[in-house]
Amino acid sequence: MELTHPEDIKKHVKVYITVFVSLLALTVITVTISYFNLSVVPAIVAALIIASIKGSLVASYFMHLISEKKMIYAALGLTVVFFLVLIFIPLLAMSDRIH
Amino acid sequence: MEIPYTSKARPDTGLINAKLGIWLFLASEVMLFGALFSSYILLRVGAVEWPHHVLDVPLATVNTAVLITSSITMVMSWASLMMKEFKKYKIYMGATILLGFVFLTIKYFEYSHHFAIGEIPSKSTFFAIYFTMTGLHMLHVIGGMIVNSYFWGPGSKMWKTEPERFTNRIEVAGLYWHFVDLVWIFLFPVLYLL
Repeated sequence: MELTHPEDIKKHVKVYITVFVSLLALTVITVTISYFNLSVVPAIVAALIIASIKGSLVASYFMHLISEKKMIYAALGLTVVFFLVLIFIPLLAMSDRIH
Repeated sequence: MEIPYTSKARPDTGLINAKLGIWLFLASEVMLFGALFSSYILLRVGAVEWPHHVLDVPLATVNTAVLITSSITMVMSWASLMMKEFKKYKIYMGATILLGFVFLTIKYFEYSHHFAIGEIPSKSTFFAIYFTMTGLHMLHVIGGMIVNSYFWGPGSKMWKTEPERFTNRIEVAGLYWHFVDLVWIFLFPVLYLL
């Protein structure tokens, strides 16, 4: 990240604190929702949406992905593609005739 | 031999080598944990029944907060170095390491309880995948704590001779630590809440 002036860093510190508070709040929300006894699909959707928001906050701000170099985006873009392939492999098993 | 591009960015990538290196390593880590999440989905959709809320949710919620807090202390340790405040760096990095210990201690109590009542990996598919995923994550926490402890202790001498390089090292160590936090952010709902 192109940060050289202490003043810039101080501004970023405020962002870090906001992200931190948001992460704690989202944790409380996701735990609360889990006690609502929702049926399986809405429960999974809600939990995964909240986890994705939390994950994006960590990656974007704590890991500085919001302002990174192209080379890193390229490497991570490729990783996302392969990750999705990996995650959707179990769906192939579901469409298997034996299953 | 001098390692190139440790403090100045390499012209073609625009990055210091260590940063590109850690991101490539983290990409491989995404695939490692991705394979386990994929296995989890396969096991779960194939299971006749799946336990709900059998793990200690309040304790794991506390542990989630502990790990999130350790992430902000980690980023603050880097920000302190960027502001040339070495003493603050030591405090924040020390806090990150201590929070790592708190996380492991809570996990120890959780594991002990499971073992005491016979909930071991061979008990069910759920406990097999629970111990595999949380165990691997715990090893990552321990690895991060070892690196962070080195940079808090003997490794911090570099601040006096090459402050820019040392700051970059903390940023890179931080990227790893935040990744460990990020994995837990997904493990927590998947294993404890759903």
